[in-house]
Amino acid sequence: MSMAADAIRSLLEQAFPGGTVDVLDRTGGGDHFQVIVESPAFEGVSLVEQHRMVNRALAAPLADGTIHELRIQTKGLPA
Amino acid sequence: MTLHDQIQQVIDDEPVAIFIKGTPDRPACGNSLRALQALRGAGAPITAVDILPDPQIRVELSAISDWPTIPQVFVRGELIGGADITEQLHASGELERKLDEALGADREQVVKTIAVVATAA
Repeated sequence: MSMAADAIRSLLEQAFPGGTVDVLDRTGGGDHFQVIVESPAFEGVSLVEQHRMVNRALAAPLADGTIHELRIQTKGLPA
Repeated sequence: MTLHDQIQQVIDDEPVAIFIKGTPDRPACGNSLRALQALRGAGAPITAVDILPDPQIRVELSAISDWPTIPQVFVRGELIGGADITEQLHASGELERKLDEALGADREQVVKTIAVVATAA
């Protein structure tokens, strides 16, 4: 796991407590990531808003170029 | 017209607007390609705006949509999502249902591009 992947995981775990977070380095290059987040916070929330929540949690690495490409998969969990 | 107003006009006026890197014929990024393929697969008309000519296009677009990444897909003014959601909705059949509902099942599958350029007021 690259440093960037660890940092992304920790940001997501902070933003979505009580769920599960997976971070995959898609290309091995340390800047193309797929994140899979399952969280009670997504229950009853539209798909667009779920992705917005993930993007917000990762706003810093998205803005500074740490994440060059991000794929997002989200799923609600019963609270 | 400002860049902001032009972008807003495309979102408001076009049945399906997609903001991509490159053009529908030559997408310059894998995610733009994925979203285009999903739209084509669902029989969507496509109005594409290339965000690459001016970095400010993306800044203004993201301010309007509250969505940081490219591509961005809008149906009748509503943000559907980026490549992941568009693909996911296409795979489940929901994208086609949404398009049927918004545009009718006998819609024409036209592809066009619009350039947004800031002009003096």
